Amino acid sequence: MIEAILTIGGIGFISSLGLGLAAKKFAVYVDPKTGAVEQALPGVNCGACGFTGCRGFAEAVVAGEAETNGCLVGGETVALAVAQLMGVEAKPVAKLVARLRCQGGRDKSRLKYHYLGIDDCQAANLVAGGDKACSFGCLGLGSCVAVCPVKAVSINADGLAVVDGGLCIGCGKCVASCPKRVIQLVPQEQQVTVLCNSIDKGPLVRKQCQVGCIGCMMCKKVCPAEAVTVDKFLARIDPQKCTTCGECVKKCPTKCILMK
Amino acid sequence: MIKFIGGIHPPANKHTQALPIEALPVPRPACRVIIPLSQHIGAPNETIVSVGDQVQAGQLIGQNGKAFVSSPVHATIAGKVVEISPKPHPLGQSLPAVVIQSDDDQPEIKWPPVTTDVLSQNPTDLKNRIRAAGIVGMGGATFPTHVKLSPPEAKPIDTLILNGAECEPYLTADHRMMLEHAGQIIKGVQAVMHLLGVKRSYIGIEENKPDAIDSLKQAAANTDIKVVGLKVKYPQGSEKHLIKALLNREVPPPPGLPMDVGVVVQNVSTVYAIYEALYLGKPLIERVLTVTGSGIKNPKNLRVRIGTPIADVIEYCGGLTGDAGKLILGGPMMGMAQYTLDVPVIKGTSGILVQTKSEIVMGGYRDCIRCGKCVEACPMLLLPYQIGIYAEKRLFDEAETTGAMDCLECGCCVYVCPSKRPMVQMIKHAKAAIMAKRRAAKEKAA
Repeated sequence: MIEAILTIGGIGFISSLGLGLAAKKFAVYVDPKTGAVEQALPGVNCGACGFTGCRGFAEAVVAGEAETNGCLVGGETVALAVAQLMGVEAKPVAKLVARLRCQGGRDKSRLKYHYLGIDDCQAANLVAGGDKACSFGCLGLGSCVAVCPVKAVSINADGLAVVDGGLCIGCGKCVASCPKRVIQLVPQEQQVTVLCNSIDKGPLVRKQCQVGCIGCMMCKKVCPAEAVTVDKFLARIDPQKCTTCGECVKKCPTKCILMK
Repeated sequence: MIKFIGGIHPPANKHTQALPIEALPVPRPACRVIIPLSQHIGAPNETIVSVGDQVQAGQLIGQNGKAFVSSPVHATIAGKVVEISPKPHPLGQSLPAVVIQSDDDQPEIKWPPVTTDVLSQNPTDLKNRIRAAGIVGMGGATFPTHVKLSPPEAKPIDTLILNGAECEPYLTADHRMMLEHAGQIIKGVQAVMHLLGVKRSYIGIEENKPDAIDSLKQAAANTDIKVVGLKVKYPQGSEKHLIKALLNREVPPPPGLPMDVGVVVQNVSTVYAIYEALYLGKPLIERVLTVTGSGIKNPKNLRVRIGTPIADVIEYCGGLTGDAGKLILGGPMMGMAQYTLDVPVIKGTSGILVQTKSEIVMGGYRDCIRCGKCVEACPMLLLPYQIGIYAEKRLFDEAETTGAMDCLECGCCVYVCPSKRPMVQMIKHAKAAIMAKRRAAKEKAA
């Protein structure tokens, strides 16, 4: 009995001695700020800042390799906290959210073939650009859903990706995963958006989809603030100039401009 | 006879093998050809004609002056250029194409006289003429032939292999070429041997084509060319497996190429095109293809001008049957399914296959049950099910280490899968993701 206690106790003592010495000898200096900055971050490890998770970003900030307002998810509050920890002046952050620029659901857009492959937009896009006749529209197979770290994206009954603006943290992963680049990061306060991504000519868009932008210029004509530009048969709205008067939304013949 | 491991034995369905090659007549009323500017792997061409121009058959209409890995395209009928715009391409996307409306009067084409003493000419000149003729690999890969015939000096070539396996079910175009143009093919082989400076050449033909073997053996009598019968097994016509079967040499994994083991492989139709270019001065403006399948009323082997819309070719073959369900360009194993009849015949179109609705699998696939049939069937000794699952779960690094990039996309795994899993699509998806990752890494390094 006593021998066993001594043996096990002895092994434990020698090992702890070894560990203690190793911890002293191989210690890596960590700036205490790193832990504090990491604590201030949201901790979703989304990678939108361009670093490997929140710890990576914290290390980069402390090392001076990243801006204090680099965390898109945290917004103003986190930027302020990080700036205070680092002892610098806080810089403003534009809060962005993802928005799908397509309304051409299964009942509103035409298909060119019957797709039977795997449920992944990137894979479907390799097969003649997916099954939608419109080569710019949402394929609805959920590559964006798979990558969203906060489950803000879902595929609705029409086969379109819907982003929950409340949950979205603006990390941009869905934007990068979309082979059609039909999801876009827009300022959260942007009210009026053109929900179409097609740069095809008007008659072609008409054939492919009931709710596509045909480049008719109507929105440009009625806009009192000159916020609309039409380039390559696709209207774009400058959120800085837009007064959210809603004239373009009323006049759009295909109802592809939406006001929140 | 040396065999390769794996492979499958699909029903041959070579219904058209006894039908002589017919020429699709030109012009037909209101005939249009759609000639994609890029019908090869490599740098795209730029057009050198404009809308309204009158062109002759064989006239150069698109080229890329700078890049070596590219291949020019020629007008294939006499007529007027009516449109230059993106058109559906058999590869899936819309790509720039020249549309030519035929003249009512198609003059008989006279090619510029060439010296027929090919075997005493300078190899570099011959290569330039092959390049100018726009010849690409006609088995379907469409890799520019002059590039394949220009191996670096560090990699000496000792053997030329002619691929007459035609292991894809349904297709019989190469088979008919070997029967009807054996003499020309042998002349083409001799020209390529001269050009490469090799003394040894094999023609590999699957043993289910004894008449083709006889015909080429006769034509190749008194030459250094050996005609060899091969075991009937898909994918016998894959370059790597052909080399293994004929020479027992193994091509290293990608980026390894046949030239790493001293071999150049050419398809029979490509060599026939080389013969025409060198002996007749004719550029690649037409090709032989098989129009077949239960969805076609009168299957045929046809000689078709490049750029002819598939709809016109099918119409000449009596049209589609009522229950036609799927159009594939190429063979059923590796061909590309199409969603429109507006796509044109291009240089790599070896067949037009229309299957009926009852012949195709509609509906989803099921989970992998780990039965291992795909592992037994894979001629590259990969684990297709595992790569497929990795691709499905978007674990592309794991897919890469499991050998996704080695896959030939031959389709043996999908053919044997009891769960009907589209593993080739999954692997193609993984390959695209891996390539994108490599490109990104390269850009970052640069």
